[in-house]
Amino acid sequence: MVATVTTASPHTPPVLSFGGGVPDDASSQPIVHLDVDPFAMDFFADPHPTHEVLRQAGPVVYLDKWNVYAVARYAEVHAVLNDPATFCSSRGVGLSDFAREKPWRPQSLILEADPPAHTRTRAVLNKVLSPAVMKQLRDGFAAAADAKVDELLERRSFDAVADLAEAYPLSVFPDAMGLQKEGRENLLPYAGLVFNAFGPPNQLRQDAIERSAPHQAYVAAQCQRDNLAPGGFGACIHARVDTGDITADEAPLLVRSLLSAGLDTTVNGIGAAVYCLARYPQEFARLRSDLSLARNAFEEAVRYESPVQTFFRTTTRDVEICGCRVGEGEKVLMFLAAANRDPRRWADPERYDITRKTSGHVGFGSGIHMCVGQLVARLEGEVMLSALARKVASIEITGDAKRRFNNTLRGLESLPVTFTPA
Amino acid sequence: MPSITFIHHDTRAETVSANDGDSAMYTALLHGVDGITGECGGGAVCATCHVYVDDNWLGKVGTVGADEDELLEGVASERLPNSRLSCQIKITEALDGLVLRLPERQV
Repeated sequence: MVATVTTASPHTPPVLSFGGGVPDDASSQPIVHLDVDPFAMDFFADPHPTHEVLRQAGPVVYLDKWNVYAVARYAEVHAVLNDPATFCSSRGVGLSDFAREKPWRPQSLILEADPPAHTRTRAVLNKVLSPAVMKQLRDGFAAAADAKVDELLERRSFDAVADLAEAYPLSVFPDAMGLQKEGRENLLPYAGLVFNAFGPPNQLRQDAIERSAPHQAYVAAQCQRDNLAPGGFGACIHARVDTGDITADEAPLLVRSLLSAGLDTTVNGIGAAVYCLARYPQEFARLRSDLSLARNAFEEAVRYESPVQTFFRTTTRDVEICGCRVGEGEKVLMFLAAANRDPRRWADPERYDITRKTSGHVGFGSGIHMCVGQLVARLEGEVMLSALARKVASIEITGDAKRRFNNTLRGLESLPVTFTPA
Repeated sequence: MPSITFIHHDTRAETVSANDGDSAMYTALLHGVDGITGECGGGAVCATCHVYVDDNWLGKVGTVGADEDELLEGVASERLPNSRLSCQIKITEALDGLVLRLPERQV
């Protein structure tokens, strides 16, 4: 797509008039207006050239299509993520401002919360998904990854999205949650809905919400204590009611957070990693010669593809971002994917390099809201890439990769591949 | 600027200068010290910035908080009495010369 850059001209309203309350200050930087819709199909098809336009336009830009400010450079995205007092989450992390609009579902107690409320619920989920818990899960997750790759090697040719990127997390995560066997087919549609709902009121969001009733009913039921098997993440959350850390009303909503964000994200993360290793066989060869790179190869895929592309924050006061004034109560869109390929931060950002020092990428966010399930995601990614590297000699793409469109998530609908056994 | 010496598992020593107020983990990442992973970027979530504090410095780096204590249960290498997460060690002038030993692995 061609992005039209509309610099401040006599025809455009003064930039600082948006939101009101911001004093006209000659010392602040003008904010470039862009005619970019980052929630449109043509944008999703290839976002990278537009990401570059967004980064180049300035530290802060204004998107007229949805009346939001946006940041696409690494430094500003990182700064916004790490100043939750100024850039809050409790007014929603999608376009919808909860101060003006009723949320489409009861507000999340963790994602859509600010300190001090967030601090308490986050501490509970941190403990449920702690490094010590991952140690206990590791062997089982690794065995399941090995079994999945063995099964796919029998078939040789298959769809790397449905049969691998979706099938593997579906074979471990719902059990780790302690979910009942019935109804699991609702999980991916529900997650797709949640991530579409962060976007603007476009067709994707409207369609998802219209079709959401059965998925919402399933998830609501699964969040109840009686429906969660002992020992799983869900039961561990409910056990925190007994210790007084959370109330009985809060527990189901925290379970819902893991059901919302625990599956589709890893599906797209693993899908991204397989797509990278298939496209860059030299990197797959490096991985095969050094299995200890598996975890970083996954991490680099999360940087490179950024399965979660964007999140919003809302300003709690008038603020200056790198000299650009933004008023109180404004939505600020953070382009995580653009930050993860910002040449100001990353050497050779367009290269998938499994030995890159990836620490600091914002694919999982940053700061107090950084993905609470990041350790589960890395565990799944690492053991799957390790299994692939040990058992598979080459991954050949045998047909067109088809993209799946979502307002927030980036990933594929299908990727036909053929495995050659090692 | 305070200096910190990281001693790798293979006994190789690396001395770097730190900014007052930065964490030991951040300092390591800034200087590209291998052996500190810091997957969560300092959020006290991942336990991949594990260090063993040299005995001479143990009394000066502060105490282990409750959350850190729980995270240390999940470190990949053995937890020892002098185990700390380097994201929780804030560098000050008083820590000039700090010696931190790196574990065999972080994940």
